[in-house]
Formats: sequence, C-alpha cells, structure tokens
Amino acid sequence: MYAQLVETGVKRVKSLEEMSFDERNFQEKIDAEIKIEAKNWMPEAYRQTLIRQISQHAHSEIVGMLPEGNWVTRAPSLKRKLQLMAKIQDEAGHGLYLYSAMETLGADRDEEIAKLHSGKAKYSSIFNYPTLSWADMGAVGWLVDGAAIVNQVVLQRTSYGPYSRAMIRICKEESFHQRQGYELLLTMMREGTQAQKDMVQDAINRLWWPALMMFGPSDEHSPNSAQSMAWKIKRQTNDELRQRFIDQTVPQLELLGCTAPDPDLKWNAERGHYDFGEIQWDEFYEVIKGNGPCNQERVATRRKAIEDGAWVREAAVAYARKQQNKNAA
Amino acid sequence: MHKHDLIPYLLLLGDSALIQGQRLCEWCGHAPAIEEELALMNVGLDLVGQARNWLEYAAELLDDGRDADALAFRRDERAYRNLLLVEQPNGDFAVSMTKQFLYDAWHYAVLQGLVESRDERIAGIAAKALKEVTYHLRRSSEWVQRLGGGTDESRRRMLEAIPALWRFTVELTAGSDNEVQLAQAGIAADPAAVGAAWLKQVSATFESVELPLPKAASHFYLSGRQGLHSEHLGLLLAEMQFLPRAYPDATW
Repeated sequence: MYAQLVETGVKRVKSLEEMSFDERNFQEKIDAEIKIEAKNWMPEAYRQTLIRQISQHAHSEIVGMLPEGNWVTRAPSLKRKLQLMAKIQDEAGHGLYLYSAMETLGADRDEEIAKLHSGKAKYSSIFNYPTLSWADMGAVGWLVDGAAIVNQVVLQRTSYGPYSRAMIRICKEESFHQRQGYELLLTMMREGTQAQKDMVQDAINRLWWPALMMFGPSDEHSPNSAQSMAWKIKRQTNDELRQRFIDQTVPQLELLGCTAPDPDLKWNAERGHYDFGEIQWDEFYEVIKGNGPCNQERVATRRKAIEDGAWVREAAVAYARKQQNKNAA
Repeated sequence: MHKHDLIPYLLLLGDSALIQGQRLCEWCGHAPAIEEELALMNVGLDLVGQARNWLEYAAELLDDGRDADALAFRRDERAYRNLLLVEQPNGDFAVSMTKQFLYDAWHYAVLQGLVESRDERIAGIAAKALKEVTYHLRRSSEWVQRLGGGTDESRRRMLEAIPALWRFTVELTAGSDNEVQLAQAGIAADPAAVGAAWLKQVSATFESVELPLPKAASHFYLSGRQGLHSEHLGLLLAEMQFLPRAYPDATW
C-alpha cells in the first residue's frame, strides 16, 4: 500500500438518518457504486481524506524513485539498466498522474509537496529502508510493487472517479515491473553463483517485513478504516489485503527456493490461508513518525532537488512570459 | 574497407551514448521538477538502448567472445572511445543541459548522415535512433533557450556553463582519418558535414537568445577517440562496472 494511516478526521461513521440532505444523496450514490466526479458535491471530510490519501500515494511514487536511483548507475548489465530506467521513468509518470488526480479535488500540487518536505505529509514507510545490494532491485520490484498492486487493484474500484482511473492506468505498468523484478531474482537464483543466491535471500530477509507493513496497521488499530470503507475509498481492510498478499506471495517465494524470515509462517488448511508471525509494530510506528533508517535522507534529497531547482523553474516561467509578450506584441 | 575499421566508429557512437546515459542516471531523484525526472530518464533510456545496439554490432565484428555487456562493463577507460564532452560531470542543470544540447546537435547530424549508410545494419540502427534524438535535440535546445533567455540568474549560469564545456567541442567538429575514409566509402557520416551542421544548429540556438558563440575550440592533447580521457571517466566506470567486476562469474 502506498498510502498508510490516512486520517479521515471522522470519529464515528454517521447513519443515513443522521445525515443532511446532501450527505445522504452522496452516500446513496456511493452505495449504488456511482463514481464521484470532481464537480459533484462531496463532504468536506471526504475531500480532505482523498487529498491526503492521493497525495501520500503520489509522494510515495516520487520518494520511491530514490532507493532505485541508488542502483541505476550500478546496474550490472545493459538489459537490467534499461529495465530499471524504464521503471523509474514510469514512477515519475505515476506521480504526475496522481498529483493531477489530487488537483481535481482543489488541492495544489506545490503546497502538498511542501508538506512532504516539511515532514507534515507522509509517504509509504517502505521507502525508508536502504537498498544495499543489487538483489534489492529485484526484491523491491517483486515484494514492494507486488504489495502495491494488491492494494491498487482494489483501488481501481475506489469511489472517486479520477483516482480510480489513475489506478487502472498505473496497475498495468506496475504488474509489468513486478514480473521483471521477480524474473531478476529468479535469474539470480537459478543461474547465479552462491554469492548471488545469498544476496537474494539477504534482500528478502531485509525487505519481507517492511513489505508487509505497507498495508498499514492491523484492523483493530486502524481508526480511519470504517469511514474510508463507508465512503468506499477503501474497499478492503488492511488485514484482508495483507493476507491476500501473503497467500499469493509465499508460493512465489518457494518457487525461488528462498525462505521468509518468519518462523511462524505456515499454511493453515482450516482457514485456507497462511498463518504468519506478528509484525514489529513499534518499528512501523517509528518509521511512520520519521525515525526509520532513511527517512532523513529521503526527505532531505527531495527537498534539496526542489530547492536547488528553483532557479530552473523560475527561468522556465520567465521565458514563457517573455514569449507570450512577444507573441502578443 | 575492412570490417575492423568500423569498430572504432561503432565504439565512438556506442560509448558516447552509454556515458551520456550514465550521466543522466545520476540525475535520478535530483531533477528540478518531476516532469524533468521523467524526461531525463526517458532520454537516458533511449541512449543506453542505442548504446546496446552499437555495442552489439561492434561485438559481432570483434568476434572475440565478448558481447555488448562485456564491452560496456569490462573495458577500462583507455579502451573507451566516447566523446570527452559526455563524460564531464553533470554540474548544475545549466551545465547538464548545455552538455546535452552540444551532444544532441552532433548526434542528430551524425545520425542524419548514417541513415543513408551503405552498411544496412548501421542505417537501421540510425533510423531508429534518429527518431529519438530528434526529440532529444528539441528538448535540449528549448532548455538552452529557456535558461539563456529566462532570468538573470539562469543566464548567468549559462554564461558559465558554455565556456566550461566548449573546449570539448573540438571533437564534435573534427573526425578522425578513419572516419573520413569510412565516410568516403559511404559508411560513416561525413565529419566535415557533421561539423558544419553542428555549428549551424548551435549558432542558431545560441543566437535566438543572444548567447555569445565562443570561437572554434582547438585541439588540447586529450582525445576520446584515442582513449585519452579526462580524469572523470575512471570514476564513472568504477561505479558503473562495479558489480560485473566484483562478481565476474555471475549471471544477471
């Protein structure tokens, strides 16, 4: 999930009887699966929740370029370099789609990005972990994009039209990246040396739990879920999505010939799901608060890019204005 | 012409595209706007793809067991044949865009010549690359105009970037004897024609925003074509080649 712990600002979900005329119309539309569009009336809390969620999602795409950018200059073959460059380019594009979707809600892109740089806005916790070997590029593609897809496939049916349509476009590209990431790991495991196999297992050991944390807090500690579900912004709970991800990922893990760093992971025939160990929630909340391994570097890098680039953007504006004046004269 | 005479030329084309692509990778996450993150990676992707095509052809002609990856990741700086211009550090956005523009203008002129090459393989690779480089040149020339004709600050930076890079342009206007012969055989782009087209493009773009055109650069003892590089290439290759060098038996 690229957006975690999104505040709704709503303590209790209202019943239809408690709603105003507008609220009730709105909720009935949601219940009838009619998409909400930019010009439709919507509760202010719905608008604000979506702005927070979509901006977090967009920020995640942009910050998510950094752990991969860390290895793009060191990719070990021309083919892998091209794949990684194409992936990073797509991520920048996804960020742009999402900022556009967010702007249909009346939010301003630059203002939301400023919140990211001041630490007020969040982005996915996963990008606060460092990429320490080339195998991490495969593990990020497979696990991180995999987790994002499980979430985003559901978001294709989210109630806000522009967000839903952005997800449909983004999912197509993400699935492609995920397969490439998995193929990268499979190549290292099947054709690689022992050192490469060790590299893959080490990457999985480091990224497994952080990938599971991408789905956000467990349902019992997810105070905003009820309202997000009622508005059909979210379509499934954090724990449901996390379970789905584990169920589909463990067979892929076995096909690789690797293991998960979780002694409690085992198939439960009764439930028809994999059981798994407890997530280190202390770590999750620390990372979300800004105390993860790379939080400071990630935000500082993004802030520096935008600050250092101010003169470039100013030049573009000044030149465009001069051209306009010239054309008008 | 012997097929081996073609190899240095293919390396000049392939290595230049690869090193310029590598420099663009360094911009990842640091660009002045998200649109630029996308565009810089897009141009880099095109160039590394072109590099792969040229190096594959060079590897086939070399026929010594090396493939394109071996040429990219296992050759030392003395064996690299890229233009000195593209190995220069990125500097600020003005340096990067000026570098891109000076290279694109050369690249475009070369590819225009190569689509007519009597070597069908070269003509084919060039035809695909020309479409991409047409876009690169449009983009980088527009940035030269925006920065040169934008604010006082952006103009000041352009006025620093141009002379810092200009001496390396001597390689863009003068080809080797080998290239002249390849051109006479109808295989390579004519270096004199490339030099003239390059100068015309650069003069016109600079003039459009009143950026002064320096006088022609002169030879200064280094030569990318001879593998005599600036001190920047060794570090670039150390980073780029680290994995294949550290794990020589690995399959990626």
